[in-house]
Amino acid sequence: MLLVPCPHCGPRNSADMSYQGEASSRPDPSSATPAQWRDYLYMEHNPAGWLKENWYCSSGCRRFFSVERHTVTSEFREPPLPGSKTAEPGAGTDRQGGGS
Amino acid sequence: MTKQVIELSEKSAKLSPVFRRNQAPRYSAAALLWRGVRNDSWPRVWREPQLKKSYDAVVVGGGVHGLATAYYLAANHGITDVAVLDKAYLGSGGSGRNTAIVRSNYLTPEGVAFYDRSLDLYNTMSADLNLNVMFSERGHLTLAHTDSAVRTMRWRAEVNKLQGIDSTVIGPDEISKIAPSLDTSPNTRYPILAALYHPPGGTIRHDAVVWAYARAADAYGVDMHQKTEVQDIVCEGGDGPDGKGPGAKVTGVRTSKGDVSAPVVINCTAGWASLIAAMAGIQLPITTHPLQAAVTEPVKVFLPTVVVSGSLHVYVSQTDRGELVFGASVDPFATYDMRGTLDFTEELAGHVLELMPAVSQMRLQRQWAGLCDITPDYSPVMGFTPVEGFLCDVGWGTYGFKAGPVSGEQMAKCVADGATPDLISPFALSRFNDGVLVGEKGAAAVGH
Ligand SMILES: Cc1cc2nc3c(=O)[nH]c(=O)nc-3n(C[C@H](O)[C@H](O)[C@H](O)COP(=O)(O)OP(=O)(O)OC[C@H]3O[C@@H](n4cnc5c(N)ncnc54)[C@H](O)[C@@H]3O)c2cc1C
Ligand SMILES: [Zn+2]
Repeated sequence: MLLVPCPHCGPRNSADMSYQGEASSRPDPSSATPAQWRDYLYMEHNPAGWLKENWYCSSGCRRFFSVERHTVTSEFREPPLPGSKTAEPGAGTDRQGGGS
Repeated sequence: MTKQVIELSEKSAKLSPVFRRNQAPRYSAAALLWRGVRNDSWPRVWREPQLKKSYDAVVVGGGVHGLATAYYLAANHGITDVAVLDKAYLGSGGSGRNTAIVRSNYLTPEGVAFYDRSLDLYNTMSADLNLNVMFSERGHLTLAHTDSAVRTMRWRAEVNKLQGIDSTVIGPDEISKIAPSLDTSPNTRYPILAALYHPPGGTIRHDAVVWAYARAADAYGVDMHQKTEVQDIVCEGGDGPDGKGPGAKVTGVRTSKGDVSAPVVINCTAGWASLIAAMAGIQLPITTHPLQAAVTEPVKVFLPTVVVSGSLHVYVSQTDRGELVFGASVDPFATYDMRGTLDFTEELAGHVLELMPAVSQMRLQRQWAGLCDITPDYSPVMGFTPVEGFLCDVGWGTYGFKAGPVSGEQMAKCVADGATPDLISPFALSRFNDGVLVGEKGAAAVGH
């Protein structure tokens, strides 16, 4: 079980949340080159270390937030405090399988 | 290792494959009896050579993909000056952790043709590589619990039939004839409406496949180096820092045991693929997720086929020893942490009991996880990259065990010909540039 620190609800089981993938900022669709758009849609850093990522608190406050997590030790760094600026929902990655 | 031994092993590597093959004792009932009677021990299955300063090709990752690639480079193309480097031991990644299911009833024509070639190679592998891989062609049932799932099954069955794959949609009556332990009554929470039945699917002993390729590659003079971690990839002429990135050319690798120069480096590291690619300045459309599996205590054989339920996120098969092997879909967030979770066990148990209420008294014995390299379209990333000499055979997600033989065969051909073979051209990294994805989610997300 992974306890994800929601800035509004406090630590909650990751099963109560929906993972939104690496935090990345969306390039301006009207001026982005195809390569920039492709990178935004598909490419990932996937580091073995600290990763800034987005979560959606789907069974709690239903808000998006971003947080830094270490992808080897599963620690969270400096959990965001209530009222702190939360990130825009980033490129959602729906890779947990499911459905057939 | 003394100098003399090194010279010997280098010399033997230069001998013709046929000669070396004859040196390796064949596995047979007669050999077993003979050695048993004489109380002879068996020689080590593969050498532990010293790392050389240079190779014609370096394969990073000693799983089924890396070993198969090295084997086919040597066996099909005579390229024997090859090193396989693994940071741990051969088969320590997904290749030694998977649930060993093989099938070819995929959704896209590209996928079907590719995986079917792999089944062909698996069919003759025990004889070809002289090691029993225990292929059990027990059939594969993918259950549908919703109308939309039934539609996907029909679609898959039609795609499959067009390519000559034995694959049909069957109803609950027939399902319960094949697997009577499944609850096919209409009164369950998720009634079983139909199933895609694929008789040629089954299971294979995954460790045996790793050992068979390693032993056969060794016989051709391929060097396998365990506990040898690749720490950097040396490039020149690229746009990025240190001459890496698009436009660069590979010149070798830095490892925990020293530097090795090589004009060709092949990334076969599955869950770690992004890290190795980053060493060459290449970004991949991959995230790493753990996939968990579990096994029960053994009971008498009652489950004759592999059973998969996409809607319930669970699949099960029974081993020859009688244990039930369960798997699910990958953990929902990216991580390199391979710890098992109670969330997984709870959900798994609930869903298994919906499918097979009769197993409620069975005890789980073990649970484990392996790392999976998931792509957006559930198809692999194979072949050349924007860095010359740096090739990838990655993005194997939860379905790469069955693809090991064909991937090795085609990657070896790719290296030897210097051109992408037709069978793997749909899976090129450039498809994300061109927007031609090969969507296999409907056939690969749960039923690995
Ligand atoms: C629980 C589970 C069940 C699965 N079930 C199935 C199934 O039923 N059917 C199916 O087809 N597939 C299944 N899979 C997927 C399958 O196991 C993998 O896709 C496949 O094994 C990948 O093989 P590989 O050779 O590419 O990589 P791996 O076997 O993962 O090997 C990669 C190797 O790279 C090495 N490595 C990593 N970094 C470095 C470095 N820096 N230097 C040197 N070496 C390095 C690792 O030590 C490892 O040995 C399952 C996976 C899991 C985890
Ligand atoms: Zn919340």
